[in-house]
Amino acid sequence: MELVLQPNENVPDRDERLAFERCQAGDPQAFGLIVTKYMKQAYYTALGLVGNHEDALDLSQEAFARAFKARARFDPNQRFFTWYYKILRNLCLNHLRDRSRAARTASIAGEEGSEGRMLELADEHADPARQTEMADLNRQLWRAMDELEPEEREVLVLREVENCAYQEIAERLDIPAGTVMSRLFYARRRLKEVLEASL
Amino acid sequence: MNHTPAPPEFDRFRQLMTQAVDGELKPEEQTEFDRLLAESPERRQEWKEHQKMKAMTMSMHYAEPPPEVWDRYWIGVYRRLERGAAWILTSIGAMILLFYGGYKLLEEIMHEPELPWLIKGGIVVLLAGLVILFVSVAREKLFTRKTDPYQEIQR
Repeated sequence: MELVLQPNENVPDRDERLAFERCQAGDPQAFGLIVTKYMKQAYYTALGLVGNHEDALDLSQEAFARAFKARARFDPNQRFFTWYYKILRNLCLNHLRDRSRAARTASIAGEEGSEGRMLELADEHADPARQTEMADLNRQLWRAMDELEPEEREVLVLREVENCAYQEIAERLDIPAGTVMSRLFYARRRLKEVLEASL
Repeated sequence: MNHTPAPPEFDRFRQLMTQAVDGELKPEEQTEFDRLLAESPERRQEWKEHQKMKAMTMSMHYAEPPPEVWDRYWIGVYRRLERGAAWILTSIGAMILLFYGGYKLLEEIMHEPELPWLIKGGIVVLLAGLVILFVSVAREKLFTRKTDPYQEIQR
């Protein structure tokens, strides 16, 4: 049994379908092929939602384990990640709800959030002063993102970081494309307000 | 599918502006958007601010975690699957032993000549109640598992 599998986003759809058939017959190793294809996407999706490396890792792995347990209900005509995303999203939203409840109870501020998020602005060739400036802007942006409702943050992450088209976002969130547009509009407007208030 | 209509202030211009900033406008919508923009300086201002926000959010990207994270990723998932199976086996084994132990205990109590019949009857009724409770809970769990569309949701 091979336990170290590297990410491989280029697994052909045909191989993925075959692997899932084997997996539905109860072969966990076949599930490994599917995990290698989507592990990065799953981790980054969770990271965008919960903003913390350890939690993103834990939640995305747990969602894969739940997807395997629920494999009999997967419709092979559906895209795997669209189905998996719903499991992952529910886990992340529940985690955020529990975390905010725990934070309220313990009155702990600033334990996680923007500082724990492993995100940065893309400009590797900028000079050090510019890099510092961009890092500051990034921190401000993520602090502002943390102020948004999870649904607003989610739609922005899907669009801006994962570069999903409207149709893909609509499928993943099970909402009409019109709602995707309005949610994006309000999320950007709210982000702008939060940023202006913090400056 | 959720068909919640967009709030009224999300008008046609704002819808087109969102599509335009995301590069999702069709040619005929582009013409309509250009016309709406040309009509009002307020819209042009809003469009400018929206583009600025888009530029800021677009420049975000994820930093790569250390490569060991990916090396250990599948192991993490596999261990969860393995533990899930281990828990099921442990539970089945424990239930078999529990039932066998309960049966043997009951057999011994029933053959105990010193024990009054009232106590024996009480024990039998108590055990019957426990068995009915167990079957009822197990059936409910099994039924929910088969029919609940939200079972992956941790409430």
